[in-house]
Amino acid sequence: MGLPLNNIVKFIEIPDEVDSRWQGRVRVNLDTVGLCAYLESDTACLQDVCEWLFSELELSFATIVVEENASSLQLTYIFYGEPGAGQVNVLVNLPLSQTIVPSISHHVHAADWQEREAEDLFGLVFEGHPRLGDFVLHEEWPEGVNPMRKSFNAAMPYPNREPDPDWRPMALVESQGAFMMPVGPVYSDYAESAHFLLETVGEDVIRTILRFFYKYRGIEKISEGKTVDDVLLIAERFSGTCAFAHSLAFCQAVEEICGVEAPERAKALRALLAELERFRHHVTAIAGICASTGLAVAASQAQISEEKLLRLTCRFTGHRYLFGANTIGGLSFDLTDEECGKISTAAWDITDKLKELKEMLMFTSSFLDRLEQVGMVSADNAVSYGLVGPVARASGLSRDLREIWPYAGYGNGLRFHVPREQEGDGYARLRVLFAEAEQSVNLISQVASSLSSGPVNVDIDLKPGYALGRVEAPLGAAFHWVRLGENGEVLRYRVMTPSFVNWHGFHLAAENFAFQDFPIIMATFGLCIAESDR
Amino acid sequence: MTKWVVKGLKTGIKTTGYPGIHETAEGVSPGRPGVSGIEGTEDFKSIAESCPADALTSTKDGISLEQRRCIDCFRCSRLAQNRITRDDGYEWADFTAAGKPLGPAFTRSVHIRIVDAGACAACLSEIKLMASPYYNVHRLGLFITPTPRMADVLMVAGPLTEHMRLSLEKTFEAMPTPKVVIAVGTCALSGGVFGPSFAAQGGIGKTMPVDVEIPGCPPPPLAIIHGLLLASGKFRKQKDGGAL
Repeated sequence: MGLPLNNIVKFIEIPDEVDSRWQGRVRVNLDTVGLCAYLESDTACLQDVCEWLFSELELSFATIVVEENASSLQLTYIFYGEPGAGQVNVLVNLPLSQTIVPSISHHVHAADWQEREAEDLFGLVFEGHPRLGDFVLHEEWPEGVNPMRKSFNAAMPYPNREPDPDWRPMALVESQGAFMMPVGPVYSDYAESAHFLLETVGEDVIRTILRFFYKYRGIEKISEGKTVDDVLLIAERFSGTCAFAHSLAFCQAVEEICGVEAPERAKALRALLAELERFRHHVTAIAGICASTGLAVAASQAQISEEKLLRLTCRFTGHRYLFGANTIGGLSFDLTDEECGKISTAAWDITDKLKELKEMLMFTSSFLDRLEQVGMVSADNAVSYGLVGPVARASGLSRDLREIWPYAGYGNGLRFHVPREQEGDGYARLRVLFAEAEQSVNLISQVASSLSSGPVNVDIDLKPGYALGRVEAPLGAAFHWVRLGENGEVLRYRVMTPSFVNWHGFHLAAENFAFQDFPIIMATFGLCIAESDR
Repeated sequence: MTKWVVKGLKTGIKTTGYPGIHETAEGVSPGRPGVSGIEGTEDFKSIAESCPADALTSTKDGISLEQRRCIDCFRCSRLAQNRITRDDGYEWADFTAAGKPLGPAFTRSVHIRIVDAGACAACLSEIKLMASPYYNVHRLGLFITPTPRMADVLMVAGPLTEHMRLSLEKTFEAMPTPKVVIAVGTCALSGGVFGPSFAAQGGIGKTMPVDVEIPGCPPPPLAIIHGLLLASGKFRKQKDGGAL
């Protein structure tokens, strides 16, 4: 797959462009092999630089990484673009005593939640941000205690905290008949813990306010100082339904730091297992959408496929959710070519069932009525919020990390296309899920029929350094920033997940629709709260 | 709509015969490390000591497994080049020292309230699948209820994050007695990879009395059903003439 030339030209022109705009106030280092540009900026230029990258170069915003060193705080703003457009890291160094940084979220709205998160966890103040305050850490957490700071001891249970039982949310809509409907954190049958405040006057939801992080486990903090093998366990288990994608992102980051590549066979099998996980994940999401509209038979049909896929996964890999599959340097087990063929055959059988289900759903008007023109997200909003994954692709965006940085086996001649829809409604999201599921099975059989022989893992000598692990998880782009110390211990582990990004944009879809559409919109987003709360 | 009815009927019955029979379909359970019969040789000792979750300990004549700590990382099996095999099965649930089942009044129907106390979603996914066609717990008189006021069983997954503590306590208090608490999954039993730490408690046992523990990471649906049957008093051991 050749990279588009005009994107590469744009990437190579970054230094000249930066010089003409900021005359030496922003220094540029270009890594043309890794296609990464490092822009060192001062706080005064930060907003302009980020706006230029986001609005003019049309790069996507990935994450802010805050790192505390002995003498300074280093902020890395990471952007990425189409295939060939490379990655841009904007670096800002602050002395430890300085906690004020200009907010970029006026221009890069996608950074909104990430700045709020960094404010809570690091005690940074993002000047100009309209809504800083309790976000990750709830009201009962005292101000000035910032758990991601090095001085904070993560091993100790935090002692002086008692939740306030009389806590009440703040209503923003003032009008006759206005009321606020609280949903959660304990609600519905199997739902994950989260709290939604729905403000309404009558039938329509006017404002949707998300109060999240009930499931905050502080994985970024508790990973610090641990060995890479221990952190791998955490990477795998913080979001169990996307375990393989996240453990893969972490492994790839560590492998990049150490300058080692997994063997070809491991790379191919990683693509196979990642697609198997994506397939199962999308089938689960489809089952959720059917269940949310009350179509019990359809939900059951999808659940039958889901359970079949879990059993299939367990039969060949040992675990129903692919725990323990990835290791640093490859995979912890090998699959024979015959086994891969069996997985592929079984996956095709399930696809046939899925196609049948899709056919029936497309001609069930009561079902379509609940999805069409419901929970709309416009393409402009999707870009501005930096949405990722199937949700973004249903609104006309098509960035997919498997195409941008072909990792694992994706670069080795595997053919796939990234499905895209324009409407941005629930029905478009459902169609994207079906189309992606089919692509996944297609990829599984491509890998199964083109496996090279060889080992599935290599030994690794740990080195100090940092790298960004990039994986297209079932729900969208996942970024794992890893920095290792002299003895191979993890100094900083930063995880940015697709659910975090997409929940930020969830209110776009939920607002101005009726109450009874709310669970359906949630199902069509299909997001995971464990993945966003971390 | 008739096409859906026909579709449903054509699909036929998929449901497992458990607990009447032992389910043997491949892939229903990941199993657990099979340590019985392992000799206490030096290499096995070192494997036990390298267990990242401290689930394995080496004893005088072999290795012992504390499954409530096991996080299914498979490292022991793979380190031992599969000389530590996986024990099939799923009937892992057990009462805690103080745990008691619900009384004889609950032999027909039991209502369950599920609370996510910071679970990774895999446990919740397995709990959700309990009600899917393959397992269909309704046939056993087990029902999921949205309100704690109607619940007999409180089922908790996750290491209990600080932010969920109050919500979980309130849910527990809102339930009428008699009630039982089931902890699902390694996180809820021992904290798993998350705790104890500043953000998570390391299991729910420190906050409320747990009656039944279901180990596994995550426990497969059949293990959860086994735990529910134990807690509701519906499950009788084989010596009483078969299950149920």
